[in-house]
Amino acid sequence: MASEARPAPLAHHFDDYDQQRESATLGMWLFLAQEVMFFGGLFLAYTVYRWKYPAFFALGSNQLDVPLGLANTIVLIGSSLTMVLAVRAAQLGKARQIAGWIGATMALGTGFLVVKGFEYHHKWVHHLIPGAGFHIEGTTDPAAQTFFVLYFCMTGLHALHMIVGLGLLAFLVPKALRGDFSAENHNWVEGVGLYWHFVDVIWIFLFPLLYLLGRHHA
Amino acid sequence: MSTVHVTPVRTYLLVFFALMALTFLTVGVAHVNIAHHLPGQVTDAINDAVAMAIAVTKATLVVLFFMHVWHSARLNKIVVWASLFFILILFAFSLADYFSRGWLGVPGK
Amino acid sequence: MTAPATAAPTELPSYLEAAHGPKSWLLTRDHKRIGILYLVAISVFFVLGGLMAVLIRAELATPQGDMFSSDVYNRLFTMHGILMIFFFLIPSIPAVLGNFLLPVMIGAKDLAFPKLNLTSWYLYMIGGLMTFGSLLTGGIDTGWTFYTPMSTTFAQGQVLVTAVGIFVAGFSSILTGLNFIVTIHRMRAPGMTWFRLPLFVWAHYATSIIQILGTPVVAIAILLVGAERLFHIGVFDPKYGGDPLLFQHLFWFYSHPAVYIMILPAMGVMSELVTAFSRKRVFGYHFVAFSSLFIAVIGFLVWGHHMYVSGQSVVAGAIFSFLTMLVAIPSAVKVFNWTATLYKGSISLQTPMLYALGFIGVFLIGGLTGVMLGTLGIDIHVHDTYFIVAHFHYVMVGSAIMGYLGGLHFWWPKITGRMYDEFWSKVGALLIFVGFNTTFFPQFILGYLGMPRRYHMYPAEFQTWNVLSSAGATILGVGYLIPVIYLLWSLKFGAKAPANPWGAKGLEWQTASPPPVENFATPPVVTEEAYAYETSAPAKEVTVGV
Repeated sequence: MASEARPAPLAHHFDDYDQQRESATLGMWLFLAQEVMFFGGLFLAYTVYRWKYPAFFALGSNQLDVPLGLANTIVLIGSSLTMVLAVRAAQLGKARQIAGWIGATMALGTGFLVVKGFEYHHKWVHHLIPGAGFHIEGTTDPAAQTFFVLYFCMTGLHALHMIVGLGLLAFLVPKALRGDFSAENHNWVEGVGLYWHFVDVIWIFLFPLLYLLGRHHA
Repeated sequence: MSTVHVTPVRTYLLVFFALMALTFLTVGVAHVNIAHHLPGQVTDAINDAVAMAIAVTKATLVVLFFMHVWHSARLNKIVVWASLFFILILFAFSLADYFSRGWLGVPGK
Repeated sequence: MTAPATAAPTELPSYLEAAHGPKSWLLTRDHKRIGILYLVAISVFFVLGGLMAVLIRAELATPQGDMFSSDVYNRLFTMHGILMIFFFLIPSIPAVLGNFLLPVMIGAKDLAFPKLNLTSWYLYMIGGLMTFGSLLTGGIDTGWTFYTPMSTTFAQGQVLVTAVGIFVAGFSSILTGLNFIVTIHRMRAPGMTWFRLPLFVWAHYATSIIQILGTPVVAIAILLVGAERLFHIGVFDPKYGGDPLLFQHLFWFYSHPAVYIMILPAMGVMSELVTAFSRKRVFGYHFVAFSSLFIAVIGFLVWGHHMYVSGQSVVAGAIFSFLTMLVAIPSAVKVFNWTATLYKGSISLQTPMLYALGFIGVFLIGGLTGVMLGTLGIDIHVHDTYFIVAHFHYVMVGSAIMGYLGGLHFWWPKITGRMYDEFWSKVGALLIFVGFNTTFFPQFILGYLGMPRRYHMYPAEFQTWNVLSSAGATILGVGYLIPVIYLLWSLKFGAKAPANPWGAKGLEWQTASPPPVENFATPPVVTEEAYAYETSAPAKEVTVGV
C-alpha cells in the first residue's frame, strides 16, 4: 500500500513498481472474491426462499418502485463510468482530473443513497418493514415477510458497501490533489475503483431480482 | 505485464451505452409474459431466465472492461473464475438438498 | 546436535534488537514481530479454553451434576469450543508460524501487505476481547455452532456480542489468507519456483484459499443471526417462514472447511519435520503439494455430512457421504508419503520429531474415524455422542496441536535465538501423547456405548471410562504446562542458538537466529529444490513455473 510521502515511493519490501502494483491488484481481487462469497450467502437465501414462496415474492416485488430502481441503476452505472475515468486519469498521471472524476463518482453515489433513503421511508410508511408491524395487502401469512427481510438485508448491505466506498473515495481526493498518484503508483485509485465496480455489479443483480421478477403476472 | 494498458475513452463510453440499453431492455421485458408469446409449452420461469441472462451480460461487461479483467494478468482472471466456481458449489450442493426433499419416501426427509 | 559451517552474517541487528519499547511492538509492520504478537495472544486464549476443559473434565468425573448446573455447563463447553476454535486453532499455525516463516521461506523481506497484517492482528484482538467480554458478562449457551432458532430466539446471554466478536475475528483470518496468497505469488526470491517451495508454503497456500472463500459465508450467516436476534425478523425462524436448515448450510459451508484451516498447516509443519529429522527428501513432493490443494477443494464439497440427522434430504446426504470418502485420498497420500520418507532415513528422535511421529499415529485414528462418521448409517447411530467428540479432538487437538507444538519446537531457536531444554521437552512431548490418548480414546468407547455429548450428568455405568478420560486430561494438562515453563526459561537462560541447529534445509535456516529485520543480509537466490538432503538419491530437476 502507498505511504504518505509524495509522490508515493516504492514500499521497502518490493523490488519495483510492477511488483508492487501487481501485488496490490491481486490483493484487491482476492478481497473481491471474499465479497462474492459474502453476498453469495444472501443470494442463496434469496434463491431458497423464492423457491419456497414464489407467490409472496411476486407480491413483494410488485410493492417496489420500478422507476426509482431504474433511476438508481442508471445513476450507479454512471458512477462506474466516472470511476473508470478517474482510474484512467491516474494511469496517465493527471492529478486534477483524478480528483474531478472521483468527485463526480461521489456525487452520483450520494444520489443513489438519497433515492434509497426515500424508498426505505416509503416502505416504513406502508408497514412493509418486517417485524410485528408488518402488513401487506393480499395475505396474512407471516412468510410473506421473507421477501422484505431479504430486500432490506441485501439492499442494506449493498448500501453499507457504498457508504464505505464513499469514505474511501473521500480519502483519495486530497491525496490526488496533493499529487500522491503517479503513472507508476496509483494502486489506491485502482483498488478503490475495483471495489466500486464490484458494488455496481452487485446492484446489477439486485435490481432485477428484487424489482423486476414476478412483474409479468401483474 | 510491465506496462499498464490505457483503454481509450471511446471503449468506456460504448460499454456504458451498452449497459444502459440492457438496463432498459430488462425493465421492458420484465412486464411481458414471455411464455405467452412463445409457441408450445414454455415454463413461466422463462422471464426469470431472461432477466438473469441480461444481468449476467451486464456484469460481464463491467468486469471485463471497467474492472480491466480483459487486459489483466492471467492470475486475476483465475481469481474471478475461482470465486464463481466456489459460489457455484455453495448453490449447487445447498439446492441439491432443497430440491431433493421428498424424493424418497422417508418421513421428514 | 551439529551446527553446520554456514556462516551466519552477524553485522545486522536481529528483528528483536532492532527496536525496543511497547510502541515498537504494537505498531510494528514486521511479519516476525506480528507473529510473536499472535503467539502471545493465542497462548492466552489457549490457557482460557484449557481451563474450561479442566472444569468440564472435573464435572464429568462423577455421574451426578455436582459442580455446575446444566446452564453453567452449557456455557462452559460453548465458550471452550468458541475460544479454542476461533481464537486458538484457526490462527495458531498460520498466524504464528506462517506469519513468521512464510516470507523467510520464500526469500521475501516481508508479507506483501505489512500494514494489513498488523490490521489483522488488531481485528483478531478486538474479536477476542469482545468474545472474552461476553464470557465475563454471562457467556452464551448455544454451543459453538450457533444453531437457529436456538441462537436467534431462545438462547439467553450475550449471543450478539459473541457473534460480532467471531465476525470481526473472521475478517482477521480472511485478510491473513489474502496476504499469504499475494505473498506466495508475487514475492518469491529469484530461483524459488513453485516446485521448490517448501511444503509448509504449499499447505499455507491451500489454507489461505479456504480462509478467503469460506469465512465470508459464515460471516453472512452470523450477521443474519444477529439481525434476526436484534430486530426479531424471520430469516431462519420457521414462525415467519424461515428455514433453520439454511443456517446450517451456510454455517457448515465454512465450518467444515475450517477443520482443514486447522489441520492443513499442521500437515505442512509435518512435511518439514519428517524430512529434517530423517535427513531425506520428501517422498513424492508433487503428490504432497497437490494433496493440500485437493483437500482444500474437496473440503468444500462435504459439509452436508454434519447434517445427516437434521432434516437434510436423504439424497443430498448420500451425495455428501460419497464425497466425504474422497477426502480420505489426499489425507492418506500425505500419511503414506511421510511414512515412506521415514523409510531408510537417518532418523533422529529430537523433540520436534517426537511430535511428528505422534501426529502420524493420532491423525490416523482421527482421520479413519472421520471416514466412519462420514458413512450415513454409522453416523446416525453415533451422532451427537462422545464418539464424535473423540473424533474431532483427535483431529483438532491431537493432530493440529501436535503439529503446532512440533513446529514451535522446531522453529523456536529461529524465532527466539535460544535453545530449550532437551530433556524436559522430551518429557513434555511424551506426556502430551500419553495424556491425549488416555483422555480421548475412552470417549470413542463412551460414544459407541451411547453417551450423548453436551450433558453434565450421565448414567453411572459410564463412570469408569469417564474417570479414565479425566485422569488422562490431568496428564495432558501437565504435559501442556511443562513446555510453557521450559520455553519461557529458555528465553533468559537457554543456550544461544546457531543459525541452523538441526542441520535442516530451507532458506529460514540460512539466515541468522533470530533473523534480521529484512530477513536476509543479502537477498537469497535459490538454486536447489526443497529438502535437498544428501542421503537420498538425486531426484530429476523439475522446472515448471506458474
